Amino acid sequence: MKFAVIVFPGSNCDRDMFDAVRSHLKEDVEMVSSSTTDLSNFDAILLPGGFSHGDYLRSGAMASVAPVVRAIKEEADKGTFILGVCNGFQILLEAGLLPGAMLPNRDLAFICKTDLVRVANNNTVFTNLYEEGAALKLPIAHGEGNYYCDEATYRCLVDHHQILFTYENNPNGSAYDIAGICNERGNVLGMMPHPERAVEALLGSEDGLKLFQSMVANWRGSHVQHT
Amino acid sequence: MYKVYVYVTLKEGVLDPQGKAIQESMHSLAYDEVESVRVGKYFELTVKDTGEIDKRVNELCDRLLANPVIEEYRYTLEEVVPN
Repeated sequence: MKFAVIVFPGSNCDRDMFDAVRSHLKEDVEMVSSSTTDLSNFDAILLPGGFSHGDYLRSGAMASVAPVVRAIKEEADKGTFILGVCNGFQILLEAGLLPGAMLPNRDLAFICKTDLVRVANNNTVFTNLYEEGAALKLPIAHGEGNYYCDEATYRCLVDHHQILFTYENNPNGSAYDIAGICNERGNVLGMMPHPERAVEALLGSEDGLKLFQSMVANWRGSHVQHT
Repeated sequence: MYKVYVYVTLKEGVLDPQGKAIQESMHSLAYDEVESVRVGKYFELTVKDTGEIDKRVNELCDRLLANPVIEEYRYTLEEVVPN
């Protein structure tokens, strides 16, 4: 399975993402510039955290109009697995690949800590190795993670089982405690907590590993392995 | 040539944590009459006249300057005559 880690100017979790895939999943992974226009060689696309384009205007706003985003949309339409973490989630929202938007944290502070995140739906390609309702210890690190959507959008998210992760103790004011959502089809996930920073005990938690392992297992399940 | 002055504000109903913090500071300065503060963004663009300036500026606002999920915008135009 071949992963792409998209590198925007100002990404800073790209190496963590790369390392999680290479060292812990032992899968192929490549760093890909945000000026790329073709991602058809990849089986999964990872949008890392950071401060793309300095977070000017709105977090993820300028990255969402980068050339690579058109390619990401094409892959999303094909069903390729796409994971955006933190700034990657913000970019997916700004690009319209996921519904809603981010506001500054309720208390205006940048929050950097390990938090408890609940698996709200384990019936997806990203979460099916977790137990439903499992509480995960995952790091969060963001200033604009206050997820916002209107009531109608929330109903739609609930009806289509698109809320995959919720905060146990809502740290940032996110609507309905939402920490991560997927698209209706279930192949695009955005989440504020960092699973790639929780892939081995040495890092304080390995609760993020199963997310990546779920992606690999589901991809393998639908593809004949080339030897 | 036009000067375009764009104002982007949060939609009514979207909480504005910055505005709330600023309002509290105003109250601590004893400006108790301030009942609400909403923070927005202001842009000044200098734009060549292509004959479809309203269409282009609206597009720019929808696609980049404002996020229609949480924000709305308005703008004014001022024709600039070169010296």
